[in-house]
Amino acid sequence: MNYDVAVIGAGVIGSLIARELSRYDVSVALVEKCNDMAMATSKANSAIVHAGFDAKPGSMKAKMNVEGTALMPALCKDLSVPFKPVGSLVVAFSDEEMVTLHELLERGKGNGVPGLEIYDVEKLREEEPFISEEAKGALWAPSAGIVCPYELTIAAVENAVVNGTEFIRNFEVNKIDFADGIFTLSNGESEINAKYVVNAAGVFCDEIAALIGDDSICTMPRKGEYMLCDKSIGHLANHTIFQCPSKMGKGILVTPTVDGNLLIGPSALDIEDKTDVTTTAGTLADVLTAAKRSVPCLTTREVITSFAGLRAHCTRDDFIIEPSEKNAQFINVAGIESPGLSSAPAIGLYVKDMLIKELGAAEKADFKSEREEPVRFRHMSNEERKAIIAKNPAYGRIICRCETITEGEILDAIHAPAGARDVDGVKRRTRAGMGRCQGGFCGSKVVELLARELGVEINEITKCGGNSKILYDRTK
Amino acid sequence: MLNYDIVVIGGGPAGMAAALKAKECGVDSILILERAETLGGILEQCIHTGFGLHYFGEELSGPEYADRFISLVDEQKIEYKTDTMALEITENNVVYAVNKTDGLLEIQSKAVILAMGCRERPRGALNIAGSRASGVMSAGTAQKYVNIDGYMPGKKVVILGSGDIGLIMARRMTLEGAEVKVVCELMPYSSGLTRNIVQCLDDFNIPLRLSCTVIGIHGKDRVEGVTIANVDENRRPIPGTEEYIECDTLLLSVGLIPENELTRAVGIELDPVTSGAVVDENRETSHNGVFACGNVLHVHDLVDYVTLESQTAGEGAARYVLGGNNEPEYITTKGVNGVRYIVPQKVNIKNDGDVKLYFRVGQVYKNAKTVVKYNGEEIISKKRPRLAPGEMESVIIKNDMLKGFAEGGIIEISVEE
Repeated sequence: MNYDVAVIGAGVIGSLIARELSRYDVSVALVEKCNDMAMATSKANSAIVHAGFDAKPGSMKAKMNVEGTALMPALCKDLSVPFKPVGSLVVAFSDEEMVTLHELLERGKGNGVPGLEIYDVEKLREEEPFISEEAKGALWAPSAGIVCPYELTIAAVENAVVNGTEFIRNFEVNKIDFADGIFTLSNGESEINAKYVVNAAGVFCDEIAALIGDDSICTMPRKGEYMLCDKSIGHLANHTIFQCPSKMGKGILVTPTVDGNLLIGPSALDIEDKTDVTTTAGTLADVLTAAKRSVPCLTTREVITSFAGLRAHCTRDDFIIEPSEKNAQFINVAGIESPGLSSAPAIGLYVKDMLIKELGAAEKADFKSEREEPVRFRHMSNEERKAIIAKNPAYGRIICRCETITEGEILDAIHAPAGARDVDGVKRRTRAGMGRCQGGFCGSKVVELLARELGVEINEITKCGGNSKILYDRTK
Repeated sequence: MLNYDIVVIGGGPAGMAAALKAKECGVDSILILERAETLGGILEQCIHTGFGLHYFGEELSGPEYADRFISLVDEQKIEYKTDTMALEITENNVVYAVNKTDGLLEIQSKAVILAMGCRERPRGALNIAGSRASGVMSAGTAQKYVNIDGYMPGKKVVILGSGDIGLIMARRMTLEGAEVKVVCELMPYSSGLTRNIVQCLDDFNIPLRLSCTVIGIHGKDRVEGVTIANVDENRRPIPGTEEYIECDTLLLSVGLIPENELTRAVGIELDPVTSGAVVDENRETSHNGVFACGNVLHVHDLVDYVTLESQTAGEGAARYVLGGNNEPEYITTKGVNGVRYIVPQKVNIKNDGDVKLYFRVGQVYKNAKTVVKYNGEEIISKKRPRLAPGEMESVIIKNDMLKGFAEGGIIEISVEE
């Protein structure tokens, strides 16, 4: 197949680039090696939209962060993705850290961050009643917020597909040829041709760049482990609570999520293996200890799951968003670690501008900027529920008891543009299996629905693609 | 709006027994709401035998035990709706429920019986480190795949937790050709029934490792192995005892949690130990006209006891609907010194029958006594050769004894060695 642009990697970055390109009269392939979008860093991060006071003034990180954060609320509205402008607090626990807060304040002003303010301890306690006795004050950033990163990615892909982008899953690019001004991407079985390639492969950006002989990128995965707590303790943080940043990152945070859970983490450990997203007992214990420094009453009792994600840290220590030195038609979008999610909307625009200038394409007249809001039965009033079941009885059958997710919502997720193909895909789109029982009851029903709708046997359904099969052979 | 005297939420053994008893006591207008496709609850997937020994004096399979009640429900023409999920109970006992055919149901009831059962504790609650590969599931989920769907969820299995479902699944998976490598139990004793340890593990030479847990899950897409380790008396892994076991499946049987989301939402008082409602001897909760029975109230080890308890609740709900309850005078019950909890948590001393108190101990005892005291004074004492957390105990307080108690009194049950 021939395209104007092939975007490699359907994380939040690649997906928003594809979505921005889909406004224009260009053909775009979004190429993903997994069975679904948002399968790596985009599904396992802090889900924070940072205000932008951390990054070094003048860096790409600073520019993209502040611009991206400003774009985020409207983008989320267009894509029907939950965004909550909860604001963030960096808490100081000593007089030295209070000095750091003032430095962050000044840096933030320089980066153009709006509304920054230093809170004294009384004001801080008013905002966060469960904050530690040790806290001395905090830096308040009203423009920070929280968003669901995989929902944003899914929505971006759906919207891109509706506007003509081709989403190609399970295509692991392992060879790139360039001849007559055209790239040929191969996975060993089939090929994709494109005039331009965007390398948005996250921690694998260096390996993808190396396929065209570009060895300038060195990605070092930096693992972060998290714990997600039950909604029953969601009230322990009203805002995203940071501690003072260190060389390894922004430290351990305690934050509400858009779904009302409480998230704590991440640790920061440089590792070798780019696929290692295992959690370790020792690190999780350290995360809790560190989080308790901010909110002492946290315990593991309310933890419903833990997970790890990899930050795509690059040795250059800034975002790399530029054409490769080896080939100007190959755009590297590498080293997108924190604040990558916050920056994603701006990066999407920035890369789109680069490409559209080259391609000289015109805007489509029929671009649909809005993604239709998925049915969310749990958020409906009884009147709305009656109406929707009358329209489609599948919304009257509850599949996930903990989160009140209906069969209708699961069918919608499967049949959406770039719809779910596995159990985790249904889970990320609908929340079925994300509640207290973690899929104990609904898991098998989701498997049944996937098999029925995709027309396969139930033992062909996977948890998350690849060899993640759930069932083996029939019983005796 | 629909109107019923009694709405029963849950059509498993608890809900059916409660509804049948209420009917027998003279209430005709009863509706059972069941979220699964059929009545019977979790018994439908429990195809092993061992049910009914106490209640029927026969050894039945789960579906057979359930069938006896389903037949009676049909015979008694008790109404029920399957594939129907209760969403909310209001202050005034209006139940909102939903299904495909009726849409959103609004049901005004005089009394509500909560019989929603329980769910299994998931992996996340244990915070086991490692990968999130496919092949980790609760034993009950595996049981559904094997017994209802007819598919094997794995071939080489490690089971964490020696609760009854874990033990039953060790045998079931073995019979279906899987290799069960080991059952690990965090505690120094099994929480399962002794008969299940003998019949499900010993008879199949499946090793049970006590004071041992899973500390790591390995494998990228599908589980490839787990690391187990012994634990010390504080249940912390002992360094140096780690052992890698190759397997493709980890089944968890690490405890059951009563499903009290509806209960909590309407503001009913819960017992932090049972995770079920605080009830009186009729199984009435802190909310007028709302009763609870079965595993939603506290986790039982035998369905026979669920049936008996639910009949108590059904009778209580019927009496509530038909009137005739006098102003109650309560005494409270309290488990002390080795007794984790007692159900019911309070007893109306104006009750005109005997009252059976069910309780559970926190650890294994040999040659101990269970002692019942009223306001500090011993009133009953029973010698017990063996007490274990997995086996529920009970004691009957005779009505004449009850009549001698005064409002505000406390009954304490303890273990004395």
